[in-house]
Amino acid sequence: MPMNKVPTPAAAGHDLEVVRAVLERRAGLPGALLPILHDVQDALGHVPRAAVPEIADALGLSRAEVHGVVSYYHHFRDAPAGRTVVQVCCAESCQAMGSDVLLAHVKQRLGCDLHGTSADGAFTLEPVYCLGLCACSPAVMVGGEPHARVTPQGFDELVANGRPA
Amino acid sequence: MTPTVYVPRDSAALALGADRVARAIADEAVARGLDVHLVRNGSRGLFWLEPMVEVGTPEGRVAYGPVTPRDVKSLFDAGFLDGGRHALGQGLTEQIPYLKNQERLTFARMGITDPLSIADYEAHEGFAGLRQALAMQPAEIVQQVLDAGLRGRGGAAFPAGIKWKTVLGMNAAQKYVVCNADEGDSGTFSDRMAMEGDPFMLIEGMTIAGLATGATQGYVYVRSEYPHAIAVLNEAIALAEAAGYLGADVLGSGRRFMLEVRKAAGSYVCGEETALLESLEGKRGMVRAKPPVPAVAGLFGQPTVVNNVITLATVPLILARGAAFYKNYGMGRSLGTLPFQLAGNIRHGGLVEKAFGVTLRELLHDFGGGSASGRPLKAVQVGGPLGTYLPESQWDIPLDYEAYAAVGAVVGHGGLVAHDDRADMARLARYAMEFCVVESCGKCTPCRIGSTRGVEVIDRITAGAGREQQVELLRDLCDTMVHGSLCAMGGMTPYPVLSALNHFPQDFGLPATTPQPA
Repeated sequence: MPMNKVPTPAAAGHDLEVVRAVLERRAGLPGALLPILHDVQDALGHVPRAAVPEIADALGLSRAEVHGVVSYYHHFRDAPAGRTVVQVCCAESCQAMGSDVLLAHVKQRLGCDLHGTSADGAFTLEPVYCLGLCACSPAVMVGGEPHARVTPQGFDELVANGRPA
Repeated sequence: MTPTVYVPRDSAALALGADRVARAIADEAVARGLDVHLVRNGSRGLFWLEPMVEVGTPEGRVAYGPVTPRDVKSLFDAGFLDGGRHALGQGLTEQIPYLKNQERLTFARMGITDPLSIADYEAHEGFAGLRQALAMQPAEIVQQVLDAGLRGRGGAAFPAGIKWKTVLGMNAAQKYVVCNADEGDSGTFSDRMAMEGDPFMLIEGMTIAGLATGATQGYVYVRSEYPHAIAVLNEAIALAEAAGYLGADVLGSGRRFMLEVRKAAGSYVCGEETALLESLEGKRGMVRAKPPVPAVAGLFGQPTVVNNVITLATVPLILARGAAFYKNYGMGRSLGTLPFQLAGNIRHGGLVEKAFGVTLRELLHDFGGGSASGRPLKAVQVGGPLGTYLPESQWDIPLDYEAYAAVGAVVGHGGLVAHDDRADMARLARYAMEFCVVESCGKCTPCRIGSTRGVEVIDRITAGAGREQQVELLRDLCDTMVHGSLCAMGGMTPYPVLSALNHFPQDFGLPATTPQPA
């Protein structure tokens, strides 16, 4: 999926409706910004730039403050990812069990580098620093589901047919 | 009687196919016309055996593992529902030496109960601590926690009771209890296991903290990398509310305690308590300068208890059994137990709860069974990515906060990451600096800029350009980071770097005889 694709007016309108519904539900929470951003990203796959002024208005913040939060946290993205996000753990425990070899294989298999998206838009590859599965390293997360003791061959099975198994 | 089969729902078990195993067992039982009661328990923490299936027998639970869906037919054929012999059989679970030789206090229920069954929890001493606390004055509760010698299990080891006492003594319209469940250290998973495998224990501990300090609102700040923990906690909170253990009137006492899960967003430094509070307030996770400490001015500027999951989860036991019982374990000023986590290149990875004082050698060899690769172990990083690398010469030091501090190491959250003899310590040192580059919040210069310069200097050392001079520069830089950083992120990144350099100079292209400063 091209990252610089301009959303159609209809799609942008839908996005804003989702954002407004989230704001309706969440704006009254103490410290509401992270819960709002999570809900928006869960619904839309990312936090669209057009959502920033809406959120800022609703919370009485500046656009810069909201943008600052979106860009600070690794979890939030301001552009759509591939259909499935693949996170390969690159922390020490997984390094001790060969995550560098696994990561090299994953990059080759998906045809993209870290933070990149495969040409067919199926996968976005991200590093992650610990999934808490360190007694069963190396670990990966595919589409939000954890997998442990992952071999290169095991990874191929996980992503066979362009989708998580 | 319908046989009970246990298949864990812990993330690590799920990541190894536990759901598929559970489905295969249910399907096979139906195909054979057998009635089976399937319980999705927490993990016992014997991860090399996961998915570990257990069956209840009159003699006790019998374990089988690691089980794949392909093994299920043969398990039925072997009569596993009656504890029958099978190649994957591990005998009586409680007799497995790895488990039998532990001192499970905080993790006493782990893997035994259904994490979302209040009846199970109550049947295993659950809410006994809360009932005690409801009959006590706040100051008495605080005194119990002080007397037990409970220190922060997140890593800083600050006495929990002192934080509580400070919050209790503050006058404020609103106080908070915040649970730091941003367990980002590689090699650690005890918080995750506690939340997924025994969530009522954390809920009970936080409620007691609320009663002790006058806080009526709690937040659990959980990593976004732990989706299963978040889901289990949310379910458990709803169940506890429905049963009257949480809410406007805790067990009819007229005392209020509300609890909410907040999902983090992938920032390591948010495990630092002030950055965590900023994040909870909806801001960038930037570290705050202290003072004021959170106990005086924490969340939304109000007095706030911030404790790690294991710290809070240990409180119910202390209240139920008394401070004297708990402090009977451990050594020196490190009282009680710590759930150690054996990770990395280790044959028997898992959770080992032991009293303080156990040695690394015992954990690595007696419990861990040496490396997973079968090669000699070279170095162990204790206490997460900011922890020291310990060479074999230091593996007999007792795991005690003070004994570790004396050699410039930290016990931290009790995570052990083992590396075999193929590990390149210069590369791991570089990684430590690189991690600091990625995760620094950017507020202070030694951390933000120092880490980037650190990567460059290590690259020059390994490339061999003016090596001696560059080593001098690296030491100088580390000194600045240690003494000039606002928090442990920049302040402790030099620990893994310098310990790698001091103990394994040959990996940096230096002669092995380089003197090793303390």
